[in-house]
Amino acid sequence: MTQPILRLRGISKQFAAVQALDSVDFEVWPGEVVALVGDNGAGKSTLVKVMSGVGPPDEGVIEFNGVECAIHKPHDATRLGIATVFQDLALCENLDVAANLFLGQESVSWRLAKALAWLDEVEMEGRTRRLLQALSVKIPELTTLVESLSGGQRQAVAITRALLGGPQVVLLDEPTAALGVEQTALVLDLVDQLREQGLGVVLISHNLADIFEVADRAVVLRLGKNGGNFSLDTATSQDVVSAITGGTGALRRRPVRSREKVHDDA
Amino acid sequence: MTHSSTQAAGGPPTISAPDSAGERPSTRSRRQEAASWGRSRRGRLGPLPVVVGLVIIWTIFQFKNDRFLSAQNLTDLALQIASTGTIAVGLFMVLVVGEIDLSVGIVSGLAGAILGVLAVNNGVNATLAIVAVVLITLLIGVLHGLIVVRVGVPSFVVTLAGLIGWQGLELYVLGNGGSINFPPSVITDLTSTFLGTPAAVTLGAVLCIGYAATLQVASSRRARAGLRRSSPLSNALRVLLLAALLALAIFELERDRGVPLALLIFIFIVVLVDIVMRKTQFGRHVLAVGGNREAARRAGIPVDRIRVEVLAFSAMMAGVGGVLSASRLLSVSASAGTGDTLLNAIAAVVIGGTSLFGGRGSAYSALLGMLLIGSISNGMDLLSLDSSVKLMITGIVLLLAVSVDALSRARR
Repeated sequence: MTQPILRLRGISKQFAAVQALDSVDFEVWPGEVVALVGDNGAGKSTLVKVMSGVGPPDEGVIEFNGVECAIHKPHDATRLGIATVFQDLALCENLDVAANLFLGQESVSWRLAKALAWLDEVEMEGRTRRLLQALSVKIPELTTLVESLSGGQRQAVAITRALLGGPQVVLLDEPTAALGVEQTALVLDLVDQLREQGLGVVLISHNLADIFEVADRAVVLRLGKNGGNFSLDTATSQDVVSAITGGTGALRRRPVRSREKVHDDA
Repeated sequence: MTHSSTQAAGGPPTISAPDSAGERPSTRSRRQEAASWGRSRRGRLGPLPVVVGLVIIWTIFQFKNDRFLSAQNLTDLALQIASTGTIAVGLFMVLVVGEIDLSVGIVSGLAGAILGVLAVNNGVNATLAIVAVVLITLLIGVLHGLIVVRVGVPSFVVTLAGLIGWQGLELYVLGNGGSINFPPSVITDLTSTFLGTPAAVTLGAVLCIGYAATLQVASSRRARAGLRRSSPLSNALRVLLLAALLALAIFELERDRGVPLALLIFIFIVVLVDIVMRKTQFGRHVLAVGGNREAARRAGIPVDRIRVEVLAFSAMMAGVGGVLSASRLLSVSASAGTGDTLLNAIAAVVIGGTSLFGGRGSAYSALLGMLLIGSISNGMDLLSLDSSVKLMITGIVLLLAVSVDALSRARR
């Protein structure tokens, strides 16, 4: 691959008096997992909204596969091939896995009027099973209601749904927040799968451990500006943390208590 | 069904590797059990509590008065529940989409009043009058829906205003006379027509064969696609259960006047709505809007249009229920549709297991719940209980039914 799938240059966005993004550059290559990190209010969400079409930028150029394009609304992003999984997942807990995957784009076998169409459940269940198998997502029964799935399984369903439209870039907003250790592993495995399929993955996360486990590169935002770009093969978590906090000195506000200290207390 | 058997049905064997989460097998199978238990779309226990409640209530009433389960009384019961039950089906869909319609009782009364004015006072052809009434109530529902989605007034308030306003219109339409009697016509035929044994048996047989054929076709399609399917044995049992229920009902009803047409209309609507909800794109969208409105909107489902359509359907079902009620009582008065019509319809759907918070329920909840409410009312009438006692007992039953459902959900 000779060019990034998605390249953003000089993206700026202002909310009233706040400069949320100030001339930010960002790119994602095929088969690459890019972590987008930064402190609260650094502009991560704003940048994701720019890419997903929820909040278009004031200034800046967006290139998709080298072609300059505009993303004004979510539909534009979807059509280009940018899928977003927001933190709330937007799943219907009262419906089963297959129904959620095909929500709003159900397969139908015949149509009488607009929505008075016969659902092709066999087709949808079959496709759901093949999709989940291709991603090695394990859900015991496709007719399980989403409400009885674990957090990680729900995340997997939401990500799988994002893949239905055949995107080239997938944006994942805090996919491991509020997940336990096992569930997090399940989601990170899935992110690996996406990379192996040649997709570009943008991972927004607060969890440095997750980022070092799965991401190839970390882009740091600080106060709405580019704060660093690290290849995670070489960088240490100290490097990334200092870029996030913006200083080499003020790395930690709390001194680390050593194990010996704990024992002394006991 | 276990995970591995699903794989064996058609998938490559490589995927049956241990769960990446590394759970012990016992934990996994327990979770799968929980998941398949959770498959029931009618709440944790499905229709079981209502059926058990029905058996208990029928036993008690039969013990107290042996006329309760007589063919004549069961036929009366069927006629009694048909109109409010039809209203309850419309309400069911409104509850599933996460709205409420408080005007259904009054709209059913208004429908009866308009029917009387058209067919009796103005001599309009009875069939035409019925069609007109159903269309008018449909428009009333569309009006409710448009106010809800365009102006943004909650359906609770819009239909509460309707509850008051449409009652005013009902009184206005009836004028000072206050009451209209229906001479024999298509309208009164609706509840005074009964199917004889040959027709009823033929209909029952057609239903059973049709059901068996549908199950068979679905099973073989799923088998061809390598998906999990219900076993031939469970299919056969389901058809046998249906056949047994129908045979029992037909046998019992034929000992009196026959199978009431009104009951058939009610059950036909229930079955139709159930199929629409489970098998069509529209039904799927209604469930989605009721389950997570924001998710449905983001998935491109026309949320507002569906809310309007569902409120329109409920008002229309109130119209049909009003016609059936006028037909059975042979008259319509200023009190038609007032009183406990609305509350009985809501109670029926909720007792049947439909959630008041949207997204969950089955059309059969209207049938089963209405059967329960109707049985209590009918049985207490047979025992000539005072209406004070009737109201208290009905309240307790409603509370019990919903408590059983709430507890079974909380146990999960």
